[in-house]
Amino acid sequence: MVMDEGPLEGSVTKRFLYVNRRAPYGTIYALESLEVVLIGAAFEQEVTLAFLDDGVFQLTKGQDTGAIGVKNFSPAYRALGDYDVTNFYVEAESLGERGLTLDDLQQITYEDEDDDWKEKPSIRVVSRRELAAIMAEQDVILSF
Amino acid sequence: MSAVKLGVVITGGPYTRQASDTAYQFVKAALEKGHEIFRVFFYNDGVNVGTRLTVPPQDDRNIQKNWSELAERHKLDLVVCVAAAQRRGILDKDEAGRQGKDGDNIAPGFRISGLGQMIEAGIVADRLVIFGD
Repeated sequence: MVMDEGPLEGSVTKRFLYVNRRAPYGTIYALESLEVVLIGAAFEQEVTLAFLDDGVFQLTKGQDTGAIGVKNFSPAYRALGDYDVTNFYVEAESLGERGLTLDDLQQITYEDEDDDWKEKPSIRVVSRRELAAIMAEQDVILSF
Repeated sequence: MSAVKLGVVITGGPYTRQASDTAYQFVKAALEKGHEIFRVFFYNDGVNVGTRLTVPPQDDRNIQKNWSELAERHKLDLVVCVAAAQRRGILDKDEAGRQGKDGDNIAPGFRISGLGQMIEAGIVADRLVIFGD
């Protein structure tokens, strides 16, 4: 199965999943994943973010990096709704294994243009099994 | 099996990780089988493949040279992410001039461009294959 040659960009919409598995600091993966998401948002694809393993720490609230001399980029997740990135799936098992609940995460919302711009939560906690099903539906998976 | 258009992303750093070696073997094998390589995109520490200043021991492979030669032979599009490259000191002449640096180090056959090139590869290719950890 080969796709036709032609002006594909813009005419094709694919499902992109960004899988975030590492703690926000200690390695650069979380930041460089976020940078891809921000650039990728301009391409008008279907974008989904998954947070699992230590990746769930990326969304925790009250991050303070002052003592390690590294930029705190966690506020940027709250801006993603403005770029139509509104599907954040957080794996329940990963939260539980780390003693975290939804209350430990930042409130990330978006305004639903199909529902009178009502403010809605972007984060959904899903089971490992549900996340596997979400992964199976994707066209492109980038894991960081 | 009919030919497939492939996009390749390399996120693992050279020598520290096998990712860029495995990707090289994969791309070579795919080309031999008649598949198309739409683009090879270097991200995270993968951008370090794109410096021509590495000097690995002579009895070992030279990852950058392998890629540069393969690119020349098959007219491959090797793209290094500009943001990741700037952090890690990978510069072409233009970028070195813009940033006021005294030299550039981009290897033959590589070009520096934005992350959009990776997204485009994901959209245009039949499959986007990622090599990293």
